[in-house]
Amino acid sequence: MELAGGELICESLIQEGVDLVFGHPGGAILPLYDHLTKYPQIKHVLTRHEQGAAHAADGYARATGKVGVCIATSGPGAINLVVGLATAYMDSTPMVAITGQVTRGAIGKDAFQECDITGITLPVTKHNYLVTKASDLPMVIKEAFHIAKTGRPGPVLIDVPRDVLQELSNFEEYPQTIDLPGYKPHVKPELSQVKKAVDLINKSKNPIILAGRGVQISGAEKELLEIAEKAQIPVISTLLGLGSFPGSHYLSLGLMGMHGSAFANIAADESDLIINIGARFDDRIVGKVEDFATNAKFIHITIDPSNINQNLEADVPIVGDAKSTLEMMSAMVIKTTRTKWLARMEELRTKHPLHIPESDSILPQYIIRELWNETKGEARIVTGVGQHQMWAAQLYPTNVERGFITSGGLGTMGYEVPAAMGMQMGRPKDLVWSIAGDGGFQMTMQELATIRDEKLPVKFAIMNNSYLGMVRQWQELFYDNRYSQIDIAGPNWVKLADAYDIKGIRVEKKSDVRSAIQEANDHDGPVLIDFVVEQEGNVYPMIPAGQSVQEMVEDPEMHTKSSAVLK
Amino acid sequence: MKRIISALVHDRPGVLNRISSMFRRRGFNIASLAVGHSEKTGFSRMTIVVDNIEDSQIDQITTQLDNVVEVVEAFDITDQPNVVRETALIKVSATPSTRGQIVEILDLFNGIEVANVSTDWIIIEITGTTDQIESMLTLLEPHGIIELMRTGLIALTSN
Repeated sequence: MELAGGELICESLIQEGVDLVFGHPGGAILPLYDHLTKYPQIKHVLTRHEQGAAHAADGYARATGKVGVCIATSGPGAINLVVGLATAYMDSTPMVAITGQVTRGAIGKDAFQECDITGITLPVTKHNYLVTKASDLPMVIKEAFHIAKTGRPGPVLIDVPRDVLQELSNFEEYPQTIDLPGYKPHVKPELSQVKKAVDLINKSKNPIILAGRGVQISGAEKELLEIAEKAQIPVISTLLGLGSFPGSHYLSLGLMGMHGSAFANIAADESDLIINIGARFDDRIVGKVEDFATNAKFIHITIDPSNINQNLEADVPIVGDAKSTLEMMSAMVIKTTRTKWLARMEELRTKHPLHIPESDSILPQYIIRELWNETKGEARIVTGVGQHQMWAAQLYPTNVERGFITSGGLGTMGYEVPAAMGMQMGRPKDLVWSIAGDGGFQMTMQELATIRDEKLPVKFAIMNNSYLGMVRQWQELFYDNRYSQIDIAGPNWVKLADAYDIKGIRVEKKSDVRSAIQEANDHDGPVLIDFVVEQEGNVYPMIPAGQSVQEMVEDPEMHTKSSAVLK
Repeated sequence: MKRIISALVHDRPGVLNRISSMFRRRGFNIASLAVGHSEKTGFSRMTIVVDNIEDSQIDQITTQLDNVVEVVEAFDITDQPNVVRETALIKVSATPSTRGQIVEILDLFNGIEVANVSTDWIIIEITGTTDQIESMLTLLEPHGIIELMRTGLIALTSN
């Protein structure tokens, strides 16, 4: 059967199980959009900006584990995807981006809306393709999905010239196999390394598990729970690891690192063995390498061999996926009690709790805690980047697998609007709350139109302090209070919501916080809450960049006027 | 320190860009790079020499290379039994009166050819180890080197 390139893409997407794509049309990609009309089984969501399409595909992928797909035209359209691709690349999100390109004959001649998108995205994609023949499309798409979702997942970009989208090619059947001799993810770990690791665990008195995003990527949540309970090992988490282990579990210590709880950081420092499962020991976790957990040995389980010894030298490196490795380990790990070590954890939680300062004004921490109380940690959370993100990570210990998504590696402000949209589309029946900053929200708020069109019942909690809060905190602490360009007052938020036919609520009094959350939960549709919060407040604890737990700063007011909320 | 890395890669447009881009953005310095067809159709072999790197970075280079989808395999072969060669083309000043002295120098080395000659220069082709080429250059220096082109190292393991 003779099909045009655009039809080959649609047929191939269907073969890959794709039923939802996010995108924005334009000149070079028009033939694909023309053919899309013949494939109602692929739903297309029209975002208002290509960045929104990329983050939405990312949020959808993180919430479901499927490959997220986004589409853009050549030149500016493709370039607008870049921050979304880089966000996905840093956080290992499986994505496929399809971009239009100028016709083959025009490439390299500075044609209208031409740009070298495969060149631009080289460092922020796992792989990319410039397709020069329509007949290559099915195999390229097959490979792209395989590369995107296996090993350490990541975004793959496919750039297709307009005349390739139109070119006819014979299509009999979708390829069943692929031949990529240079691409062999190492899923099954070496037994000898696993035995060495188990030996360390069985001999350890004070072990701790550091759970990263690799746990969720490989679907190893059950295996993690099993081994932690069997060997009674407390679990700390990276920012992206949140959701790998139930936040309310007695062994869960939650977030560690720069803004992790004091008890989690001290526990890591006092441990004699850190078992890193699917994280890369990045600088936000480790701080100063020489002073990080100086008494501990390190087991490092990762699917990406380049993560081994990248930041920190492991005593037992294991290349493999978290699920296969934990399955092998579980059987060999000895069941034990560790009464003393767990008692020490309880002592640390009591001495160094996470807490909320007493205040008459509304603190973001208070809102997040009330949100947790109201939803019992069962809502799906998306955050932006900054202070609210750290407070959400500390104070909303999620109990939901894949229930906390955030731009961790790249720290992309504005992620909270389109990613929430993607998460809600992937989990249509679940309650999705986007904890947003007023700074980040203003970067991507055009997607409120998409949310309205798609009738997505996302709830936005905007922490409105009219400041770039985290920038202000750094200027206060590290630049002698010299505030520079941080006043970022937004629009009248309720009017903005109203302009998009979205329910808007403004909350100015602490006593109204809980009822506003309830009202939003009860409303059958999207809600935007403008929480007018305390302008100046700092995220504590804080380990300054490049330092260690010895330099950790806890809230100076902690023991005078505050209440412990989370032990 | 200097390391020699050998890689087998797909022979496709953009592969060299992918590899050099990885070296650049991770801060590894390429001292020389040689690439050409390998024994397998559709695959090229590369010899990449990196310098000014720490011991701890060597695994980073090979694992990051392996992460490039089009790299089939990449090894640090510096400490393995190997054959390492480089070719240089040297255009050196030579007048009828100095030509004899230069030919005397050439007789001290193996693997030498006079590739071309004119009234005021000779182009010498030398294939050998880096050390041999360096000492040849030291001896020719006083005569005046007009142009120099080196291929960079090519290497094969010999085990």
